[in-house]
Amino acid sequence: MGYTLNFNAVWRNFDDLLWGLGLSLTLAFVAIGIGCALGLILAFGRISRSRLLSVPSGAYVTLFRNLPLLVIVLFSFFALPQLGLRLSKGNSFVLALALYSAAYLAEVFRGGLLGVPKGLREAGLAIGLTEGQIRWRLILPVMFRAVLPALGSTFIGLFKDTSLAAAIAVPELTFEARKINVETFRVIETWIVASGLYIATCSILAALLRRAEVRLAVSR
Amino acid sequence: MTANLLEIRDLHKSYGPVEVLKGVDCDVRAGEVISIIGSSGSGKTTILRCVNMLEEFEGGTIRIDGEEIGYSTAGGQRKRKAEKEIARQRALTGMAFQQFNLFPHMTALENVTLGLTLVRKMGREEARALGENWLDRVGLLQRKDHYPAKLSGGQQQRVAIARAIAMSPRLMLFDEVTSALDPELVAEVLQVVRSLAEDGMTMLLVTHEMRFAYEVSSRVIFMNGGRIGEEGNPREMFAAPKTERLAAFLQSSRFN
Repeated sequence: MGYTLNFNAVWRNFDDLLWGLGLSLTLAFVAIGIGCALGLILAFGRISRSRLLSVPSGAYVTLFRNLPLLVIVLFSFFALPQLGLRLSKGNSFVLALALYSAAYLAEVFRGGLLGVPKGLREAGLAIGLTEGQIRWRLILPVMFRAVLPALGSTFIGLFKDTSLAAAIAVPELTFEARKINVETFRVIETWIVASGLYIATCSILAALLRRAEVRLAVSR
Repeated sequence: MTANLLEIRDLHKSYGPVEVLKGVDCDVRAGEVISIIGSSGSGKTTILRCVNMLEEFEGGTIRIDGEEIGYSTAGGQRKRKAEKEIARQRALTGMAFQQFNLFPHMTALENVTLGLTLVRKMGREEARALGENWLDRVGLLQRKDHYPAKLSGGQQQRVAIARAIAMSPRLMLFDEVTSALDPELVAEVLQVVRSLAEDGMTMLLVTHEMRFAYEVSSRVIFMNGGRIGEEGNPREMFAAPKTERLAAFLQSSRFN
């Protein structure tokens, strides 16, 4: 063996890793935000009685759940410009992750919507609320609380998926770690530190989500 | 002659091929308390659900204060009214459900005030005061900040009744409001319904509590196979049923 651990080279470049982590979080945040909005629309589409809405929504979910994220990322970055849509590296990754996450989030939301008791809507109708008011004031809040646990693990999974942005040289955490690895040859140290940052971030995210779950729990 | 508050004419309703209401006529004057009894599947609940348009119906008319509910007829064409209009008409009636159907993410008070602020367009403070007033009336003011999951079935049903009545409906509809309750919780809910009746609230209640129907109703309607089998004063009806079906039903029910 004869390999002595020496973290100095990694610590000297630690700032780069933190900037990378910041970018990873930003990418995840923006992509998941768009993904949630699109996922919600798809979920309502899938449970709609109109085939005009349910069929395309179902097709979208099937398509994007059956594609590896890396393929979507590469398609978005390399193929879209050929079709006339030229985006920066970061934007093309956000687009890919947003489209991908929407498919998974749609399924989470759909399950939640199906679990909302029918009586809730009728009680809303009975006091004179409109369908729109029922959707925003009753169905969405109840559904959201019910799916929070599943949503939390989906969010964390999607945050980790941002490491695939390294494939198109977006300078997020994994990309920065690889750069340090190549420049300093401190292979083990670099990846230990990068792993530690991922683990710490995910743990904090999980703790925050668990707090939200407790605070918003339907049965208090 | 006093005008009818509720007027149901030749009401027909089918679920697919099954016709559950086969022509129901019913007039309700202000202040009347009417119990609808009958075996399950006889169409009792369906009548209430048609009155506040939770169900569409294919034939007949329902009028509240002379205003046609749910549909308009022009030139022989029957058309469903616009959603906004139907929402407004639904607020003319209040409804309490068998399963309470409280909003689980809102406190007792918020359950009561939601409709006041969104539908009646009240200010926050005014709605809160009125909501607290009604929660007090059903004996639950101390529980106003509790979420439904922390309330017993009887308490949930009382909040649900407060939520409906706070909207000051012209007519209250009670759909088997004690059927989902443990026996020891039935009395507290019936007490609330009784006190509303004594206040002169017009109500239509579907119930299996024969003793209660007997005591509070000004009139009882016995539904049989989608039609009104018999109707009248509860004392006369329960003492001397005119039809065999009602006699058999009373025999088998909990009335004693």
